[in-house]
Amino acid sequence: MQTPTDIIPHTGGVIGVAWLMIALPLLGAAVLLIGGRRTDRWGHLLGVAMSLGSFVVAVLALVELLGLGEEQRRRAIELYDFIPGMVKMGLLVDPLSVSFALLITGVGSLIHIYSIGYMAHDPARRRFFAYLNLFVAAMLLLVLADNYVGLFIGWEGVGLASYLLIGFWYFKPSAAVAAKKAFVVNRVGDFGLLVGMFVIWTTFGTLTFKDLDVTGASNGTLTAIGLLLLLGACGKSAQIPLQSWLLDAMEGPTPVSALIHAATMVTAGVYLVVRSGAFFFPVGSGASLAVAIVGAATLLAGAIIGCAKDDIKKGLAGSTMSQIGYMMLGAAFGPVGYAFAIGHLFTHGFFKADLFLGAGSVMHGMNDEVDMRKYGGLFPKMRITAITFIIGYLAIIGFPLLSGYFTKDGIIETAVHSDYPILGWLAVLGAGITGFYMSRMVFMTFFGKPRWAEGAHPHESPKVMTIPLIILSIGSIFLGGYLVVNQTLYHWLSPAVGAAAEAPHFDPFTTPGLVTLAVVAAGVLLAWFMYGRAEVPQTAPAGNALVTFARRDLYGDALNESLFMRPGQWLTRLAVFFDNRGVDGLVNGLAATIGGSSGRLRRLQTGFARTYALSILFGAALLTGALLLVGNL
Amino acid sequence: MTTEYLVLSGILFVIGALGVLIRRNAIVVFMCVELMLNACNLAFVTFARQWGNLDGQIIAFFVMVVAAAEVVVGLAIIVTIFRTRRSASVDDANLLKY
Repeated sequence: MQTPTDIIPHTGGVIGVAWLMIALPLLGAAVLLIGGRRTDRWGHLLGVAMSLGSFVVAVLALVELLGLGEEQRRRAIELYDFIPGMVKMGLLVDPLSVSFALLITGVGSLIHIYSIGYMAHDPARRRFFAYLNLFVAAMLLLVLADNYVGLFIGWEGVGLASYLLIGFWYFKPSAAVAAKKAFVVNRVGDFGLLVGMFVIWTTFGTLTFKDLDVTGASNGTLTAIGLLLLLGACGKSAQIPLQSWLLDAMEGPTPVSALIHAATMVTAGVYLVVRSGAFFFPVGSGASLAVAIVGAATLLAGAIIGCAKDDIKKGLAGSTMSQIGYMMLGAAFGPVGYAFAIGHLFTHGFFKADLFLGAGSVMHGMNDEVDMRKYGGLFPKMRITAITFIIGYLAIIGFPLLSGYFTKDGIIETAVHSDYPILGWLAVLGAGITGFYMSRMVFMTFFGKPRWAEGAHPHESPKVMTIPLIILSIGSIFLGGYLVVNQTLYHWLSPAVGAAAEAPHFDPFTTPGLVTLAVVAAGVLLAWFMYGRAEVPQTAPAGNALVTFARRDLYGDALNESLFMRPGQWLTRLAVFFDNRGVDGLVNGLAATIGGSSGRLRRLQTGFARTYALSILFGAALLTGALLLVGNL
Repeated sequence: MTTEYLVLSGILFVIGALGVLIRRNAIVVFMCVELMLNACNLAFVTFARQWGNLDGQIIAFFVMVVAAAEVVVGLAIIVTIFRTRRSASVDDANLLKY
């Protein structure tokens, strides 16, 4: 196994101004937010322009990197002294970060353009674009920063943008609650990341990728850091056990679901695991096994949830969880799997954005109806949407020669041939379930008899929405083959993430590959019999225990509620009780005692002068007696 | 000699004190206070005579001055109370209480 190449300081050229990538959308967000209503008329155009500008810079940076030798493709530029003596802020432009930047700005720009049409009738469209730009800036900071502090700021920035966009329609209680839930669950993950950073700082004395050298550190420390970073990754990437927020996050506008909760932000966890590979792959470290188990568990859980959802967006959200599970699984096996995990991340970015935007297009034509049981027979009404959606569908189930086929198959092969083949076979099972639920979605939406609600007039969306769909679907067809077949992505990434002893070779005719195809075909056939050929009832049937289990998100919310929320409530009640009875009781009791006794003492003031005279006499007598006594002593 | 004077002073003081405690008429109470003051004066003068210095006599003069000032203020108060309440009983002036 070969470690990543050294990071070389860089000045000048496009890479020297790589900060423009972050600055442009940040400027856009600032102008739109500060400018207020004055920017309403052209705000969306500015947002798109800023995102496209970042994309252009990213492409130019890519070109410049390609012009350098393979050993010199990790360039660091220094910006300023962020925390003197601790962190110098800088950007790391290497194959990994540039790839991410291209995905974020490329897919991001398409989704910006799509949103012009999708949000056309929303009075707060300008605010929407401001948040989208803010997100793009934060996400780029996350992937480009050359230290964990910068990464963390970006990490929190995308969390904020995600919160703002999930709760974009804040007047809907469900959206407000979902935004809060996403924020709170992400805090748990962020806690892990933050503590991980603390441990890195105390152990290695640096948070900059360039200076980080893990040789000599004990396995225990590395595993601890790995597990803490994994907790952070689980939060951001909606992996078990922090998966519960993603399904609710679908309350946001559909372009948000496509950009943030499918294509880019939720993959930040995978980026973190790959970027921090050094903590996961010393020989014998347990952290990578934990990553693999989390990935395998989530890919199954997400797929099972996807089977039971009638809400098209929630179905896709389950699917997103599942696909990120695949990426985690791939990333768990080190440089052998990195190329497939990152490759799957890119192809997923395309086909899942395609699917989400397709779903958005369907909703746009169906008066924002999301229940698939109220769709059916939409194919002739919206051909472009349907065809692009079906291309995305074929890509995600791993139809041969489409994008998802190459990358997902690569992950499965890697897992099957690893030390834990059982995880690979679970991934095969997951692929079968994926075939089932995605086919169910397509059959229920585009085929069969119409089950539309009254007053629905399905129509194709405007060009500004369909053209991004077409571009994304073209990516969904070809990207995977381009990245994987000649190991293009592997050779491109290996300077940044390290190379395996033997370059992973793509071979479709292996046992796991063929079994996967068979299992997927079985899933599709099953879906055809259940939802393609048979009538789909308009109201969901009650279903058995397993269906309920899946519909309730595998009881994830119930588990959180009983494990964390209720004990938390008890704790607060206990604290309130202690405060009311203990602290307040002490203070109030003291006051009451003094008040009561003074009330009684007050009675001595009778108003009769002769009583006072008597007490004066007694007092004087007492004093005199005392003086006499003292004098005699 | 001294003992007799002191006994007289004591008797006068006790009469004055009892008068203050027992009598209700403010004027009488007032006179009893004067009696107590003068009993003290007597004691002071007695001791001054016994020890042959003037300190006691000086104090006695001070007491007289204070007593005179007290009479000025006290009588004014008593007269005012009598005018408003038609009574000079100290028990009737009992509004200043809890």
